[in-house]
Amino acid sequence: MTSLPTTTQKKLGLVIDLDTCVGCQACATSCKEWNSQGVSAPLTDSKPRSAEPMGTWLNRIHGYEVKEEGRDDSRIVHFPRSCLHCEEPACVTVCPTGASYKRAEDGIVLVNPETCIGCKLCSWACPYGAREYDYPTGVMKKCTLCVDRIYNENFVPEDRVPACVKACPTGARHFGDLGDPQSDVSQLVKERGGFDLMADMGYKPTNKYLLPRKRRDVAQVHIEVLPKGDGSAIDKLFAWADKLMSSSRATASANPNDAADRLEG
Amino acid sequence: MNPAYSVILFTTASGAGYGLLFLLGLVGLLHGRASSTAFAITALVVALALITIGLLSSTFHLGRPERAWRAFSQWRTSWLSREGIAAIMTYPIALDFGLFWSGLVERDWLIAPLGLLTSLFCALTVFCTGKIYSTLKTIPRWHHPLTVPGYLLFALATGACLLASFAIPFQRFQPFQAGIAVFALIACAALKQIYWSFTDTAPIVATMASATGLGQPGQVRQWEVPHTTTNFIQKEMGFVVARKHAVFLRKLVEMLIFIAVLLMLVALQWHWLAWPATIAALAATTTERWLFFAEAEHVSMLYYGKQQV
Repeated sequence: MTSLPTTTQKKLGLVIDLDTCVGCQACATSCKEWNSQGVSAPLTDSKPRSAEPMGTWLNRIHGYEVKEEGRDDSRIVHFPRSCLHCEEPACVTVCPTGASYKRAEDGIVLVNPETCIGCKLCSWACPYGAREYDYPTGVMKKCTLCVDRIYNENFVPEDRVPACVKACPTGARHFGDLGDPQSDVSQLVKERGGFDLMADMGYKPTNKYLLPRKRRDVAQVHIEVLPKGDGSAIDKLFAWADKLMSSSRATASANPNDAADRLEG
Repeated sequence: MNPAYSVILFTTASGAGYGLLFLLGLVGLLHGRASSTAFAITALVVALALITIGLLSSTFHLGRPERAWRAFSQWRTSWLSREGIAAIMTYPIALDFGLFWSGLVERDWLIAPLGLLTSLFCALTVFCTGKIYSTLKTIPRWHHPLTVPGYLLFALATGACLLASFAIPFQRFQPFQAGIAVFALIACAALKQIYWSFTDTAPIVATMASATGLGQPGQVRQWEVPHTTTNFIQKEMGFVVARKHAVFLRKLVEMLIFIAVLLMLVALQWHWLAWPATIAALAATTTERWLFFAEAEHVSMLYYGKQQV
């Protein structure tokens, strides 16, 4: 049924720490691997060994360059993007067949591959580009939050997390109940301030992003690599050698910053 | 957005079909039984054929057409489901109306109520079609109050053109048919001008910076794409048409409507000119529909390098 549950008992979701993510793609590949055999029928590829391979993936890792005003340098942020299991998912309400649904018990948004007609309207309704159409099977695919892992009693408890969370080598992905204010993920979001992607759209995403912390001042970092000079005999020897080489090179740059390079050289 | 030919054909063909059927229902309501059974049957068959061609073509773009019947179940929330139900319910109502209006079965007292019902369901179906697009917040150009009136007006205009054209061989051409076509066509042109001027200057809905939360607008740039070849999201949402083509095609729409209006006015004297007028109106509608898709931008493209939508 595409009517949304008024409340869900749990709000299972992910917290993604953009400060810790190194863009290794382990979450994407483990997602692809697990979900190629899981509950939502295979995640297929089209012409995987051709020059134009194409495939359905439920998790994509973008890279962005952020250049703040007044700084010469920029920073790279790796940005995993998958279904956010929104509280108000229009992808569900637009579905004409009821194949898309949001579970009342845990808030997970799923597609039933047995009843989906492949009209693709849900992908149009998703602002996050989280739903990918599976061309060979003619149905829509999306992140299941690994429903076939998180409740799987054949697994030891520590493995009952989504494949992406299990695979992340830096601990950038956290899984838990965001509806419980005492849960680890809720505490983490409280501590770091969770960000809702495109909150203006009004979809109320469950997944939260922890934005990169403020950077240290680069000028300060640069100064730290300069030798301090402790007045020892070896230090005096280097200072003398530096002076000798500097004066012998008449064309040496007048830029005082170059002194550091000469000292190190 | 990717302008899928099946969807363009569907909305143009069935729009014209519903427009024609809407007018036939009104004619039945206001004038009672048709004076020519042959004309009544021809017009009804044309309308229902266009609707059917459109509906069949729209099922071609489904991944699993054999499951299309499931789309009738979610009328509580889904405009697509409502459209499907309204479209299917129009058939028995229109067929019953046709039997009595054409005079094949003599039960004149049923013509007016069934005619009204036929017209209502035609309008409802096209209204639902427009709503599918106008309720998508993710596509700012579609999420606009003029989207639904646009679908309704183009359906009325092309339907009126068809009515005038098919009336000619049965000597049933009447000035009111051309009149409705002319007024509806002028309204279409005006509506599209207003729609384009509003949507071209609409405020920015989101930026790459706001979508990622990584900085202020202009500070965030795509550095690495997640995959080496195009994926579904890019194919479906990332279709871009060169700006110069959009400008040319907009002019073409207005030009074709202008030609259709002129021809329809002259058709008051030389009736057969209603035919080229109809062709021009249908060409204008197809072009407009293509632009409707091609010019639409989806906010998910912000993650794929678009700076603002």
